[in-house]
Amino acid sequence: MTFSESQLLDAYRRMRTIRDFEERIHTENTTGDIPGFVHLYAGQEAIATGVCIHLSEKDYIGSTHRGHGHCIAKLCDVKGMMKEIFGKQGGLCAGKGGSMHIADLSQGMLGANAIVGGNPPLAVGAALTAKTKKTRHCAVSFTGDGGSNQGTTFEAMNLAVVLQLPVLFMIENNGYGEGTGADYAVGSKDIAGRAAGFGMPAVRVDGTDFFAVAEAAGEAIERARNGGGPSAIEAVAMRFYGHYEGDPQSYRSAEELKRIREDSDCLRIFRARVTAEGMLREAQLDAIDAEVAELIDEAVAEARAADYPPVSELTTDVYVSY
Amino acid sequence: MAKKTIREAINEALRQEMARDPDIIIIGEDVSGGAGGSGEEDAYGGVMGVTKGLIGEFGRERVIDTPISESAIMGAAAGAATTGLRPVAELMFVDFVGVCFDQIMNQAAKFRYMFGGKARTPMVLRTMIGAGFRAAAQHSQSLYHLFTAVPGLKCVMPSNAYDAKGLMIQAIRDDDPVIFFEHKALYDIADEVPDEAYTIPFGEANFTREGDDVTIVAFSRMVHIANEVADKLAREGVSVEVLDPRTSSPLDSDSILESVEKTGRLVIVDESAARCGLAGDIAGMVAQEGFEFLRGPIRQVTVPHTPVPFAPTLEDAYIPSPAKVEAAVRQLLDSKRRRMSA
Ligand SMILES: Cc1ncc(C[n+]2csc(CCOP(=O)(O)OP(=O)(O)O)c2C)c(N)n1
Ligand SMILES: [Mg+2]
Repeated sequence: MTFSESQLLDAYRRMRTIRDFEERIHTENTTGDIPGFVHLYAGQEAIATGVCIHLSEKDYIGSTHRGHGHCIAKLCDVKGMMKEIFGKQGGLCAGKGGSMHIADLSQGMLGANAIVGGNPPLAVGAALTAKTKKTRHCAVSFTGDGGSNQGTTFEAMNLAVVLQLPVLFMIENNGYGEGTGADYAVGSKDIAGRAAGFGMPAVRVDGTDFFAVAEAAGEAIERARNGGGPSAIEAVAMRFYGHYEGDPQSYRSAEELKRIREDSDCLRIFRARVTAEGMLREAQLDAIDAEVAELIDEAVAEARAADYPPVSELTTDVYVSY
Repeated sequence: MAKKTIREAINEALRQEMARDPDIIIIGEDVSGGAGGSGEEDAYGGVMGVTKGLIGEFGRERVIDTPISESAIMGAAAGAATTGLRPVAELMFVDFVGVCFDQIMNQAAKFRYMFGGKARTPMVLRTMIGAGFRAAAQHSQSLYHLFTAVPGLKCVMPSNAYDAKGLMIQAIRDDDPVIFFEHKALYDIADEVPDEAYTIPFGEANFTREGDDVTIVAFSRMVHIANEVADKLAREGVSVEVLDPRTSSPLDSDSILESVEKTGRLVIVDESAARCGLAGDIAGMVAQEGFEFLRGPIRQVTVPHTPVPFAPTLEDAYIPSPAKVEAAVRQLLDSKRRRMSA
């Protein structure tokens, strides 16, 4: 699979935006101004990006509690996301959802989801719509190694195979579900193999390598659009931060954390490859870095300046009509 | 006797009971934490640290970390309970009952009756409830009304550390499935808690304030709000009785009716639901059994009929506040004055 210069620049921008967004939330969170729990996606950028680069706003994705990266890769408005995370008016969910529930249906983003295993059946539903209406669109369910053990995930996979739906199960294996290792919790230690057991093509890829993810996802999504049914990809990449912000992370060693940051930084790996192979120039990437930094600064400033929703909004939006 | 938090009181109850009875096991997600990781065992001890230290004492065979598979956890607890163990299973947040209710509602709850009285299912399901943590719609609910509606389940929701220990030991020794609701905002509340094991029977309300003018019935965190209002009004000479049923199933209807007979006025404060919740349930019971005691309408102070919102302004307005409870009490007292002057 070959990528044009503009595709590579686009991919880098999405990955850089996710990284800067998450690192900024990491520092903003220490001020105490971000309500509730945040789960950061830093370290896994190549996975969301390698998949979403193949999707349009008419294709749907379902996400998880660790959803910021999926939103950005699916081109949700970064400023609206930041406002949502601060619980402010103008947030993508009007301040009613927060970090764990960011959704933007106009971008085909079916929502972050605070129930582990909550989204795979929903993505199957989006794929059912696509198949029934013959749109050639598809759906992607992002799930973690932990979520891969949930009954809802198994049921969704089987139904997708039975109905031959255009859906990709993207399992992000970052080694842990909260403080429990995937090697302990996944009995077979082979998430892709388990998905294959349901009767769909499934592969395991290096989730720190944008090209590996993009290639596997491109193939699966093409197959889905052409009526070839569901696929699964297990992409391996560790998260840089704790399960949630504030997690002391004593379940993993300091050496492991250091190694992840030094050897498994998907942005550094991408940059090294595209410049070494002459696909992109450093200056092009530096320019994106500067633009993204400015965007994140603006997003935080605007989120901080925005008002909280008025109490009158507490009882709106429960039903479409009252 | 020493001051202990609710977190410590529950931990102590579990530890003492596990030392007494080798059939007791703990099973759930990250109840120890660190399994299969490169770091330490017991990294969490439950996400709120309630089961911390137990794996060190009782080992991996009795403190069992699981995959994220709630149906299997709840069903395994029910199946093990029916066949000889006494599991204490953890459902991290009660909101997650959505993925596993069958094993609780159709299985564990039904066995005894459906099998003609032959089965017993001595399991405890520990779970977390409550808004106020900006945790939004899927991590903040207080769904104890759902479980209370299911015959065969006993439902316990302690408001203080003394009750938490005594009710937990009672729950573990009980031969029926018991759902034990822990409010996330209460874990650090401390009380005098005896070091030795003791039990508190189910279905016996605790009077946290005694009074003659108005009765407030409240559960879990709402007990503290009711107490605050009672103390404030006491300084004005209004005498409020606060009654904490401690268990919603069985429910101490007798104590509620006795109190209403004395005061003639009832306010119910409930975080579960505006519709088909505990407040409506108790109001219905009092309207049926104690109508002649009432000198005014029963007032229900509940959450609104909405999901739990994220934004701080909205979530603060969602939770029943002392101001709302106080207003409800004053409305009842005003209607008395109006009638007397008429
Ligand atoms: C049904 C359900 N069970 C448990 C949880 C608590 N929880 C939130 S995230 C998480 C770990 C998820 O692990 P994984 O799927 O690997 O995703 P990661 O956090 O690694 O991105 C757990 C146990 C939940 N939110 N929902
Ligand atoms: Mg994981």
